[in-house]
Amino acid sequence: MSANKESWGSRVGLILAMAGNAVGLGNFLRFPVQAVQNGGGAFILPYLVCFLVMGIPLLWIEWSMGRFGGRYGNHSTPYIVDTMGKHRLWKYIGVFGIWTNIAVAAYYCYIESWTLSYVVHSILGTFNGMDQEGVAAFFNTYVSIGESTLGIPLEAVVFYVLCLLLNTWILSQGLAGGVERVAKVGMPLLILFGMFLAYKGFTITAGEAGAINDSSVGLNFLWTPDYTQLWSPTVWLAAAGQIFFTLSVGMGTIHCYASYVRSKDDIALNAMSAGWMNEFVEVVLGASILIPISIGYLGIDRVTELVQSGGLGLAFKTLPFLFTQWGEVLGAIAGVMWFGLLFFAGITSSLAMGTPWMGFLQDEFNWKRKSAAWSFGLIVLILGMPTVLFFHYGVFDEYDYWAGTVSLVIFALFESILFAWIFGIDKGWREIMSGSDIKVPNIYKFIIKFVTPLLLLWVFIGSLVTPKGGDWGAALSGNWELDDSSIIKKLMNSSLHRQLAEATDPAVIAHLEDTLFFVNASRILLVAVFLGIAALVYIAYKKRVREGKI
Amino acid sequence: MLLTMFLVTALTAYFFYRVLNAPPKPEPDSYLDNDDEPGRQPMA
Repeated sequence: MSANKESWGSRVGLILAMAGNAVGLGNFLRFPVQAVQNGGGAFILPYLVCFLVMGIPLLWIEWSMGRFGGRYGNHSTPYIVDTMGKHRLWKYIGVFGIWTNIAVAAYYCYIESWTLSYVVHSILGTFNGMDQEGVAAFFNTYVSIGESTLGIPLEAVVFYVLCLLLNTWILSQGLAGGVERVAKVGMPLLILFGMFLAYKGFTITAGEAGAINDSSVGLNFLWTPDYTQLWSPTVWLAAAGQIFFTLSVGMGTIHCYASYVRSKDDIALNAMSAGWMNEFVEVVLGASILIPISIGYLGIDRVTELVQSGGLGLAFKTLPFLFTQWGEVLGAIAGVMWFGLLFFAGITSSLAMGTPWMGFLQDEFNWKRKSAAWSFGLIVLILGMPTVLFFHYGVFDEYDYWAGTVSLVIFALFESILFAWIFGIDKGWREIMSGSDIKVPNIYKFIIKFVTPLLLLWVFIGSLVTPKGGDWGAALSGNWELDDSSIIKKLMNSSLHRQLAEATDPAVIAHLEDTLFFVNASRILLVAVFLGIAALVYIAYKKRVREGKI
Repeated sequence: MLLTMFLVTALTAYFFYRVLNAPPKPEPDSYLDNDDEPGRQPMA
């Protein structure tokens, strides 16, 4: 008999935990940067359309798959998908739903640990008196491991281990006693902190506290629509990608959380509530902090330059400096709120990442909750240490790309086909509607069957063979040169090989050669973990056969 | 911008309100906290 006796404490707790799973660092760091790079206000239109025809259907698919699997005592994707599709290979497709979480947690907890450390540094006033270069140099020193800023040897490693210990301990307290309790505290605080910072983002006045622009300049920069970009496939691909990452679909966490819901209880309204809560945090709060505050103090040109390297740089290398412009006390409060908000966004997601592995061990091997939680912590520590120690050698980015990006699209594509075409849309629709507290429009039957899988296929193909510079016009007219960001070029390490060929400085060449080694080593490690989980799924299958369950 | 923000906020509030005001389901349900509430006891 399975050792899995988990339950949710309350419906609101489940929704907050689901929303916390979806709300992550990307809501505050990725969304505004994507919007700036893809047509500003015009980005929001494809973004909302993708939310309606891909995001919401995927939420319903995953919630109902999870609840369906839970009915048969399955709380992780390998055997959830196995109950829906009878082909023996489905359970190995389900491995993605455990593997992705372990691999993403490995680097995600590292960013989470930065936020924890930066909360401490904000309280201690570390950034007071530093200029922007100083704050940026502080971050570079921090991730270089070599020097300590707090007098703690290997400071980044210490915070990473602390963060993992915290995650593991909370997971060991169970769903209601751990994960849900954190969500009930973390989500309201996150929204409160976000509202305070959004208010600051809306009320910056040029000439006050070193600001060079009113907040309207930043908000206009972010929201003014560039309609010429509206028909660009690149913009639509970016919007679809953002919907993916922001909702945490294609990961296996939603299935796991929903597997503890009984079949007569609602999932349709729950999914809508959690999904829209995520959108509120992203579109309303996420868009009102990073870019408006940065532009208020640095101007459009500088921020345009900074966003090219993504939101992480702005969040950790720039905002701590800008907060100090508000004075020592308010600067410290803003720092605690900003990094506290990111910490809550991070931990509510990383906790979700632990639950599929724990559910699998509890269901298949009768592990106790605590042992399962600590095994997760240990695996993540082993897999995550390379991202900490070799951060500058591309290990972090490799994990993020393969586990945190490509894998999500592949798994979501498979599950949408499984749900709509193999399990069958009629049975699937009944699953969505079972116990529902809202009437789901019938049009979604058509969308789930045709539109969502086709959109996912397009996102996958678009990522596999992205044309150079995102120029689809040139590609479709016959000149289809692959961009370095395409999956195929990534797999071939084309960008690294070109940089190596062009490099003349021996130090740069040595660094690039090391990077190439670590990039390939990371991939081997990730593949080994996937195969290891697949082997466990096979052993579990044999065990089920022996016990007469199959 | 304001229209989008208003729309997203209103829909978030609406769906959360619907959750809070949804009629209770008879026990056993999925949630531990309401196990002692008489209104949710098993139907005879």
